[in-house]
Amino acid sequence: MSGPWSEEAEEDASSLAGTTDVELIKRAWRNEKAAPEILQFEGPLVLRVREQIQLLEETVEESTENGSNDLVVSLYQMDLDRTLFLLRSYLRIRLQKIEKYMIHISKTNLWNRLSEQEKKFTKRCTEIMEKLLEQSVLARLPYGYESFLKQSISSEEDDMVPEPQLDTFVFCKAKDAVGAFQLDDSGDEIVDLVADDLYVIRYKSIKGLVEAGQIDLV
Amino acid sequence: MAGQSDPHLSVFSPPEVEFLAEDEKVEIIPKFSLGSLHMICGDFGPFRPNIASEVPLWLAVALKERGKCDIRAPDWMSVDKLMQILEAERESPREFQPLPFHYIEISKLLFKHAHDNIQDIYMVSIKCTNASCTAIYISLFSLSVMIIQVRSLIEDIRDVRFHKVETGLQMISGRTHAVKALQKKVTFPT
Repeated sequence: MSGPWSEEAEEDASSLAGTTDVELIKRAWRNEKAAPEILQFEGPLVLRVREQIQLLEETVEESTENGSNDLVVSLYQMDLDRTLFLLRSYLRIRLQKIEKYMIHISKTNLWNRLSEQEKKFTKRCTEIMEKLLEQSVLARLPYGYESFLKQSISSEEDDMVPEPQLDTFVFCKAKDAVGAFQLDDSGDEIVDLVADDLYVIRYKSIKGLVEAGQIDLV
Repeated sequence: MAGQSDPHLSVFSPPEVEFLAEDEKVEIIPKFSLGSLHMICGDFGPFRPNIASEVPLWLAVALKERGKCDIRAPDWMSVDKLMQILEAERESPREFQPLPFHYIEISKLLFKHAHDNIQDIYMVSIKCTNASCTAIYISLFSLSVMIIQVRSLIEDIRDVRFHKVETGLQMISGRTHAVKALQKKVTFPT
């Protein structure tokens, strides 16, 4: 779970004064949780947050040894716990999504959104799943039905792969006014996205905006 | 982990929503002196006795539990304000009134941890109207009545808004691609 604490990441953090990394990871967590498919992994952000957690952990440890103000130490500890919770929830929700859609993810360009560790996890997970199904069920099925990915040999596509429901509705909030936004290809449905207003929209239509960071899911 | 909601429903569990609500800022009146706190989630303080300071709700509650501060109940949590909001909510079936995004959770947390401070704002307002010190002798009974009033007002507002959301969702089901859930900004101007 350790990574190189680069100076670059530190610079990034300071340049983002105003919006704290906690705010950013919270946003990433909310988006990840509300979006039906897996989003781009926030590598540098996770690294920065980890770095800050480590720093604070050291400070807390030092202060405890020094026997300095108990109140301050406990407050810092709370802050630390909250940040840890956020980070863990973020990573965990991604793993849960990967577990559910592992084959879909590894077959599509969603693969590039994973971190290195997540890729490793996906591969191992797929292997284990395949082996399990193979041994417990598939090996005993008659010829033509023993594929891991297909219903039967007559299926042209892999139709036994769970895919995320992109049609689902999501609640979202625009950070800045996006303006008139076209929701479908035909252009019949146009919605005027005003900053800070809440909308309920099909995820599919605003996918691009979520990925570009123009809109937040709640 | 406890509090982690079912990932397949992609909804936030109540503890998770409470977690998010705990990051909302409230004003506290410290009873202690302390330099600035440099936390991961931001810098707060310095704290001086009787000088109001803005901190996230979780920090306020933590300090309150240690008897280190009073929490100033937000302006919108007064009987007058809530009555106005409730009335306006009932009058306009398509619009929502400005309230903090996590108003239910914030009020719940404040009721739980700082109910004596919610009473304070009434003490002050009564003091002002009577222009005398008699407010100090106000019976505990009427104070608790006001607390109940605030609580039930918030519940009423919640019911009205939930009803609106429900009818709104029924309207859109299958029909459109999007709906504007809130006509007005949900952020509450301070």
